[in-house]
Amino acid sequence: MSLRRKAVAYALLIGWTIVVLFPIYWLAITSLKQPIQVDSGPVYVPFLDFKPTLDAWKYILVDLQNDTLRPYVNTVVVGVVSATVALALGSTAAYALVRFEYRPRIGVVALFIGSLALALVAMALGAPAEIAIGGSLAVFVILVQTIGRRFRRALGNSDVAFWLISQRMLPPVAVVIPIYVLFQRVHLLDTQLALIVTYVATNLPIVVWLMRDYFSTIPIELEESAAVDGASPFRIFRSIVLPVAVPGLVATFLFVLVFAWNEYLLALFLSSANAQTMPLTVAAQNATRGPQWWYMSVLIMIMIVPVIAMTIVLERYISRGLLVGAVKG
Amino acid sequence: MASSDSPARFESRGPTVPQAGLEATSRSLIRRRVGTWTSDRVARLVFIWPAISVVLFLSIFPLVVSLYLSLSRLQLTSSGIKIDFRGLVNYQSLLTGTEQSHFLGVFRTPSPLGWAIFTGVGLLAAWGLVSSVRGRTSPLGLVLRAAGALFLLAITWLFVESVFAPGGRPGALFVTIVYVFAGMGLQYLLGLGLALLVTQRLAGRRLFRIVFLLPMTITPVGIAYMFRMLTDTGKGPFVPVFDALGLQDFTWVNDPWGARIAVMIGDVWQWTPFMFIVLLAALEAQDHEIVEAAHVDGASGWQAFRYITLPAILPVTTTILLIRMIEAFKIIDLPNILTNGGPGTATESLTLEAFFDWRTLNLGRSAAVAYLLLIVVTIAAVAYVNLVRRRVTTNA
Repeated sequence: MSLRRKAVAYALLIGWTIVVLFPIYWLAITSLKQPIQVDSGPVYVPFLDFKPTLDAWKYILVDLQNDTLRPYVNTVVVGVVSATVALALGSTAAYALVRFEYRPRIGVVALFIGSLALALVAMALGAPAEIAIGGSLAVFVILVQTIGRRFRRALGNSDVAFWLISQRMLPPVAVVIPIYVLFQRVHLLDTQLALIVTYVATNLPIVVWLMRDYFSTIPIELEESAAVDGASPFRIFRSIVLPVAVPGLVATFLFVLVFAWNEYLLALFLSSANAQTMPLTVAAQNATRGPQWWYMSVLIMIMIVPVIAMTIVLERYISRGLLVGAVKG
Repeated sequence: MASSDSPARFESRGPTVPQAGLEATSRSLIRRRVGTWTSDRVARLVFIWPAISVVLFLSIFPLVVSLYLSLSRLQLTSSGIKIDFRGLVNYQSLLTGTEQSHFLGVFRTPSPLGWAIFTGVGLLAAWGLVSSVRGRTSPLGLVLRAAGALFLLAITWLFVESVFAPGGRPGALFVTIVYVFAGMGLQYLLGLGLALLVTQRLAGRRLFRIVFLLPMTITPVGIAYMFRMLTDTGKGPFVPVFDALGLQDFTWVNDPWGARIAVMIGDVWQWTPFMFIVLLAALEAQDHEIVEAAHVDGASGWQAFRYITLPAILPVTTTILLIRMIEAFKIIDLPNILTNGGPGTATESLTLEAFFDWRTLNLGRSAAVAYLLLIVVTIAAVAYVNLVRRRVTTNA
């Protein structure tokens, strides 16, 4: 690369670095300011412009120790567990959609929707939910067993995938009340489990779509030769496909981890004292006297540290050479 | 296990067995073939059903309940909450009634630029239809495409009538559409440019990679508050800049497009890393020896990108654009916290409108807004998958 092109490249990289880092720098110094220093107009450099203080840090980490620690642990547990489960379920489904052919019959899908409507009508007429759902499921199974084979027209893999991604289209505002009622019925409100299940379900479609593309770039010859050697699909998936797809897996994991880590609206409803997560704690700093920037900055700073650490650790896996070696060998 | 074994044994009695003089090697080959066949069948089910059932479990119920709520009106009575079934009243008020100016906007005669845009989109739609008549599209496909083209024309007409018309004012629907397409385009181009830069052999590229991922680690609520700090015209860091530019009296809060641009800047800052990380993984996964071989053969950097790199990352590009489009239609935190939807309703997105309705306990109208959003996104996504994605990837 010529010197001039190198200079341009570095100029662009450093330019965007400033764009990225300046707001974060502002957060960092705001966390070191007194309320009066924030409100009286901008000051930029600690020690030169203003005298930094650790008051906000002390308040959040020492005075409010338990109120900070509990949501923090919740966020870590919910984020990591839900991202891992979503990645496991989603990448197998993605692999299945790339390598197997599914032909769900339109008639069977219609039967399913029909029995669902039946359950709803039954519930509207006053039947208990358990009986209505159980009964209509039984009707569905019987109908599929008896007339299911007569249906000819079928959907394909792409329709399954599109259905999955379409589940993200309804905004959280619209789904939050039904989900609340759902978890209330099974007595899981304000538990980590409720949040984990919700985040797995909402993030699965994204995992499936991203991993589908990464998997489809893997040459099928690799898997075919393994299949000829007698490896089962499970073994092929675990020992051949997954290792080759590591860059995609890592990128997708970070993607959904961040979604779960930072989600606000669903958490607002599904958790109160016990399972509260950090985004709620951040938003709670907007008190009646206006946002308390200094506390908010501290909370955001401690919230991003683990994600950054994980990014640094995982970034090296998004590096070149993994696939190239596998194909050539 | 027994149930999955029996068809396999049945299969093994098939045409391969009767061969006389079965040798040890071929027998083991048969067993292997049969074994694969059985575990194939199990794998087909085991691989996909966990994901499907989890999504199914949490999607059907909310979908149905929201539909019902959108067709009803919620009333607080002395005995608690009462839900009245009202039919399409909520939709009617949003599309033609009292909430029209809020949802769709205020319409005026378009300016020449508006007419030009409308004519352009009209010609594009006509060209698309003509070429699909000439091609081998099924009758049903033709009808659907004609309907899609009409929908596009109607939306474009309302768009230019409210955005590119003196005196007009876009409603939440069109503000959202502006956020989605302006944001998507900028984020993709930035993400791709940055990903290409950090795959070059430059010292310190790992550091840049990590720095570029930083914005996505911050919670959207936090980013929204952070940008409220940064755009503050009294105590934000850019006050001297505003003063120097003679904009002392300028506030984001008073100028509709200023406020919208502030929201979009925050959106780009927040979401570019997502484009970046996915494109980076795709770029790193491609075979670099091919690119290097192309360079040895005398291909320019642009040619190598256009004919080798771009085709390799196109599938994942279309995926990330689709995901980003779906997510962008749901933008809420930034306009809510940064501008509170203001000035007036200028920065309100559809989700935010639904949220405001919902906060005032107008659950019916909130659900109706959400469902209209669902319809718009579904149409946009179906059109996108059929027109764009199917052309560049086999697993659309």
